[in-house]
Amino acid sequence: MNALILSAVLGVVMMFSSVLLKQKSAVRGIAITGLAVLLLVNILESRGISFFKIDVSGMMHFDRFALLSISIALFATLVFFILSAKDMEKIGADYGEYFALIFFITCGIILVASFKSLLILFLGIEIISIPLYILTGADKRNLKSNEASLKYFLMGAFSTGLMLMGIALLYGASGTFDVERMREMIAAPGVLSVAGMLLLLFSMSFKVSAAPFHFWTPDVYDGAPTAFTSFMATIVKAAVFIGFIRLFDETFGISQEKWQIWFAVIAAATLFIGNITAVFQQSVKRMLAYSSISQAGFMLLSLYAMNVSAKEGILLYAAAYSLATIGIFAVLNKLNDYTFEGFNGLARQQPVIAAAMVIFLLSLAGIPLTAGFLAKFFMLKAVIATGSGLWLVIFAVVMAAVSVYYYFRVIQAMYFKEGNATIAASGGFKWSLVGLAALIILLGIFPNLLIYWLYF
Amino acid sequence: MPINYYIFLAIALFCIGVVGVLTRRNAIIIFMCVELMLNAVNLLLVAFSKMHHAVPGAAANAGTDGQLFVFFIMVVAAAEVSVGLAIIVMMYRNIHSVDVNFLNRLKH
Repeated sequence: MNALILSAVLGVVMMFSSVLLKQKSAVRGIAITGLAVLLLVNILESRGISFFKIDVSGMMHFDRFALLSISIALFATLVFFILSAKDMEKIGADYGEYFALIFFITCGIILVASFKSLLILFLGIEIISIPLYILTGADKRNLKSNEASLKYFLMGAFSTGLMLMGIALLYGASGTFDVERMREMIAAPGVLSVAGMLLLLFSMSFKVSAAPFHFWTPDVYDGAPTAFTSFMATIVKAAVFIGFIRLFDETFGISQEKWQIWFAVIAAATLFIGNITAVFQQSVKRMLAYSSISQAGFMLLSLYAMNVSAKEGILLYAAAYSLATIGIFAVLNKLNDYTFEGFNGLARQQPVIAAAMVIFLLSLAGIPLTAGFLAKFFMLKAVIATGSGLWLVIFAVVMAAVSVYYYFRVIQAMYFKEGNATIAASGGFKWSLVGLAALIILLGIFPNLLIYWLYF
Repeated sequence: MPINYYIFLAIALFCIGVVGVLTRRNAIIIFMCVELMLNAVNLLLVAFSKMHHAVPGAAANAGTDGQLFVFFIMVVAAAEVSVGLAIIVMMYRNIHSVDVNFLNRLKH
């Protein structure tokens, strides 16, 4: 509750600061400080110190899982601000408003991570989506940004319609929006509740860009300004996954066996389409868009398994994937050429940045000693623990092997190709990247540093 | 009137909306079809709310949350309209058209 109220207040503060303050560095300073405070109050709340006592009539519940996932999202946003906030100046004149919108999105993320009522889920998803439409189209003169924004908006509004129809049908079947009471009421599924669940499943798959509902993703991620692509491909996607897993754990957990086959098919299709299409991309930005689809496929394995290991795994996955991808996007944003050739010879010009990039890419590919490896390991362990779906595990491992190809193409370009790719990076930027890379290795060796917070 | 009539009407409106979104090429028309989908949901929620209220032995406030939800949908839809129309206007300023076939240009 702390973070929810404070993030809404900070959004308004940022709107005023963009009007009152002339220097962009001051606006940026307020945003970074505000986010650090937000993270701090959320950690305080997970230690039992809550500043607000508000009766939410059981519509929200801040349990350990919710609070930890909010902390991860806030920390990733803080890293994103530190690495990329300066590059947002290039996008347009409304510098302060971008931060305001991001704080409002944070507000939505907190709602999605803590909902107990489908009303809150719907509001959270919309509070995330509507500012994102604006951020996608922030580059007003750029036609690609316009098109991405319109496409995202139409697809997003359409999937919201599907979600609402699903909620309405479930309400008809159960007479309540509360997920726990709903679970009792629809123990014996009828036509209304099955149709409602399917519509909810489809619309959430839209939001996390799972195949076959992924078609908007590459275009939108490619067209949006790179700084905002970084935000929506990582933090937002991971947060919606948290909502997805809460929804299907708490509402439909009782009929898990019937849903497993749907998740198995969606996860396999997502892994296949994401990885195979990523192999053929020429632009690194577009490759990362497909890579985000394939990583979503791995995260879907947690919905298939839905056990303790899956819940631990999705948090670790969210952290590992978000941090590594934010790092790569931060470097990409500073390059002029987004193709693979754009990275040629970066290692000679900027050895520190290239080394950090290697760690991020290794983590995404799932090489041991990085956080990405353990995240994938937890997912596979969760699926094996269910006792079924061995074919899914084997398929996922094969697809992870395919992903090594396109991640290593970037490493190859940086280290083994002649070229003069260079970026103007300050010392602070370099050290932040090194710190981020160190954190990824640390999480890869001691994952309990993160998971411990679920149980202390 | 039986609840079935309301359900069929809402589903019919919803399907018209879905088909419209998938087949029409004008951004404004697609947008109207999305609104049609949302309003079909509103109708359905109100009908279900009355249905749950009329159940014998139900609490006095049974079904009110369904009607509350409708207000939330209206507010969110209004917010979505304002952002969506702004995006369409921005698009029109740049290419002087609201035809979504232009969207295919993003594909390489």
